[in-house]
Amino acid sequence: MMIPDIIFYIFATVLVLTSLMVVVVRNPVHAALFLILAFFTSACIWVLLEAEFLAITLVLVYVGAVMVLFLFVVMMLDINLAPMREGFAKALPVGMAVAILMFVELMLILGPSRFGINIIPTPNTHDAGYSNTKELGRILYTQYVYPFEIAAVILLVAIVAAIALTMRARRQSKYVRPEQQVNVKRNDRLRIVKVESEQRTR
Amino acid sequence: MIETMLQTGMNVWADVPPALQVVLWTLVKMLALVLPLMGVVAYLTLAERKVIGYIQIRVGPNRVGPRGFGQPIADALKLIMKELIIPSSANRFLFLLAPLVTLAPALAAWAVVPMSDGLVLSNIDAGLLYILAMTSVGVYGIIIAGWASNSKYSFLGAMRSAAQIVSYEIAMGFALVGVLMAAHSLNLTAIVKAQEGGLWNWYWLPLFPLFLVYFIAGVAETNRAPFDVAEGESEIVAGFHVEYSGMSFGLFMLAEYINMVLVAILTSIMFLGGWLSPFDGIPWIEDWMGGSSIFWLIGKAAFFLFMYLWMRATFPRYRYDQIMRLGWKVFIPITIVWLLVVGMLVMGQVGPWFD
Repeated sequence: MMIPDIIFYIFATVLVLTSLMVVVVRNPVHAALFLILAFFTSACIWVLLEAEFLAITLVLVYVGAVMVLFLFVVMMLDINLAPMREGFAKALPVGMAVAILMFVELMLILGPSRFGINIIPTPNTHDAGYSNTKELGRILYTQYVYPFEIAAVILLVAIVAAIALTMRARRQSKYVRPEQQVNVKRNDRLRIVKVESEQRTR
Repeated sequence: MIETMLQTGMNVWADVPPALQVVLWTLVKMLALVLPLMGVVAYLTLAERKVIGYIQIRVGPNRVGPRGFGQPIADALKLIMKELIIPSSANRFLFLLAPLVTLAPALAAWAVVPMSDGLVLSNIDAGLLYILAMTSVGVYGIIIAGWASNSKYSFLGAMRSAAQIVSYEIAMGFALVGVLMAAHSLNLTAIVKAQEGGLWNWYWLPLFPLFLVYFIAGVAETNRAPFDVAEGESEIVAGFHVEYSGMSFGLFMLAEYINMVLVAILTSIMFLGGWLSPFDGIPWIEDWMGGSSIFWLIGKAAFFLFMYLWMRATFPRYRYDQIMRLGWKVFIPITIVWLLVVGMLVMGQVGPWFD
């Protein structure tokens, strides 16, 4: 066995185990952390496939940004697990039926007949001068430029929509505008009052 | 005697299997990078206390060794000898994992940083992206530390820090996009080489707003004053590392300072020509000052590190909502507008930079 193979099997084992832990583990924060590890390991496997741009982007976007916010929310939630497990026995038959259905569907689409070394051949290896980043950029901005730009516009609309949905008309907190704060003059805040000294009464 | 020893050494080395040779050689290179870095970090702490001391008309540490030069070693010894306290209701595993998760990406990012032409651990093509990815992973250490400590103050610090780092990463990323547009490359060595030809050919001039945004976002990203609300000792004691003691606290400090040095070096590489001499092309000064070398890079990085300390001694801490405002409403619009300008400059092949 070659060294890359050994590395692949290590990463693959870690990936499968962590993915399993995401589902199995009780604590939602632990589950999110396992998910982060799973992302990271799959990025490592992509590096083995010479897809370094995608691997780094996966770490940058999912590990570096999405999961941070996800963890942010999960940590702040105070989830009481006991009431969630109450109706376990009652929901089990329906749940099992849905699970089996989903499993069968997945097997139809992604069954073992779709995989294997003769269906998906090993990707060609490239020499040291090959840059995955450059190739990806070239194809993304020539052949697929319209789909790429349209996807970008859709994401922009989504951002605007998300802001529009969460924006409140009236601000609840007492908010200070920094520009007003900076431009404040002494006379706006301070009044010098001449006070006559009191006559001692005794 | 020495010759025979060298000979036996060479023979032993030749007997080592090639795969192991590569591993050992890489390890040696890593040590050659990390050990000086640790020295820099140790003396940066001393420099910080000295510089801030003199700015505040004090002397700073001066008891250990001549003029206080033994202070970092004394500090390190103290941190190592102190007891590692684990809070009784903390999540033990994550609590101990957090400092490592902070330190590992901080060190890993250095793998692609070129110190001089060819003097780099791994000269990869997507270097800039790799650095962005590694610095963004560092935030997990802080979040995990805040959560695993099971303390309200830690948690508040972690939440503040997470939101701040994620916001400033966007401005930082946009600033880097400007650099890669200008240099036509993500490779850090290529970025420096694209700036060849003296002071006026460096990117600080055409990318000036991005240069400022990058450095300030770098300060915010490393949670340093005036953006250190994650610590906020006057409001939340010491933020995410209240519960840490001894060397586990020391690792957080180590990671923070390593990241400071990294931001300083990256700013010099991307905007101030890295190891290039500013006098390139001026005949007699060029000979007198010596050409481009690692010392220029060190000098530039030292300047930015001094800026860090200077800013810390000068500015009061930002209020949290104003940090967010600066990141989202000031920096991101500036970078987006300047990206358009850079695009036009590149298309027009303007000046000595983009031809």
